[in-house]
Amino acid sequence: MAEFLQNSLFFGAFASIGAYMLGVLIKNKLKLAILNPLLIAIVLLIAFLAAFHLDYEVYSESAAYLSYLLTPATVCLAVPLYQQLETLKKNWVAIVCGIAAGTVAGLGSVLGLAALFGLSHEEYVTFLPKSITTAIGMGVSQELGGITAITVAVIILTGIQGNIMAEGILRLLRITEPVARGLAVGTSAHAIGTTRAMELGETEGAMSSLAIAVAGLITVAAASIFAGFY
Amino acid sequence: MKYIRQLLIILAVSFAGEILHALLPLPVPASIYGLVLMLALLMSGVLKLHHVRETALFLIDIMPLLFIPAGVGLITAWSVLKPILLPTVIITLVVTLVVMAVTGHVTQAVIRLSGRRHHG
Repeated sequence: MAEFLQNSLFFGAFASIGAYMLGVLIKNKLKLAILNPLLIAIVLLIAFLAAFHLDYEVYSESAAYLSYLLTPATVCLAVPLYQQLETLKKNWVAIVCGIAAGTVAGLGSVLGLAALFGLSHEEYVTFLPKSITTAIGMGVSQELGGITAITVAVIILTGIQGNIMAEGILRLLRITEPVARGLAVGTSAHAIGTTRAMELGETEGAMSSLAIAVAGLITVAAASIFAGFY
Repeated sequence: MKYIRQLLIILAVSFAGEILHALLPLPVPASIYGLVLMLALLMSGVLKLHHVRETALFLIDIMPLLFIPAGVGLITAWSVLKPILLPTVIITLVVTLVVMAVTGHVTQAVIRLSGRRHHG
């Protein structure tokens, strides 16, 4: 079976979308925030592979067609952003302050926790780019001498966490301005969080998209400074 | 015809992003160059919204699906994560909350301060 599935052109994408739809059904039925369709899909697929002792490649060979669309889809985030250009122009000071403060606070808390856990320098720089989009984060980690496989895993875990918890956390923290909500999600949980921000509202989605790019670029500069602190 | 033209433009901008990524010595991926380029083209009026709109909204709509393969790929990282699992989980949880809280509150405070100045 493994060989047939690995040679299939459609299995991976079909199983991914099927698992996601199942996740949507479960979420609509039970209405719990933790039952996030993305999380359910990932857990179901991992459980499936583990149950039948199948390698990741059996699934990924044909699931890669989905990943292929990631760059064009990210490029298209410019469209909602363009539609919210007035919001961007009106609030640009708040936007720059918010993303910069959040990014520096993130790097600072990685520094604090690394010291607390007594991590090695290599492990510390591995975690520094954890809040930004995978492609930039991998590059930063590599440049600073981190372990990129762990950086990628942590970036994805961060995104899933942001995707699941965004709505509840924003409510708990009384962050109600749509611009602030979108930036908070995009700066903390990059593109995976942004897919959730899109569901929170048009302004939220656009601001979250903006934050992916701006937080990513600030981190490129700031992480190399922070790397010297520990 | 509409979708062919929209797809052509989106893939052209993605390809231009790849070219910029190859030419410029920065750790910026093709997707981010493409996003900025697409925004610049829309703002300058070279592209109109209807040149890309439906296909762009379709791709954004299916975007959660595109992260599933990477998420399932976490199983391949298990062996490297296992030795530092506890710090990894705590750092991930805490830092994500800190970034979300600080970004949200600073943005909200600045918006409300400038709002008061304009209206008060």
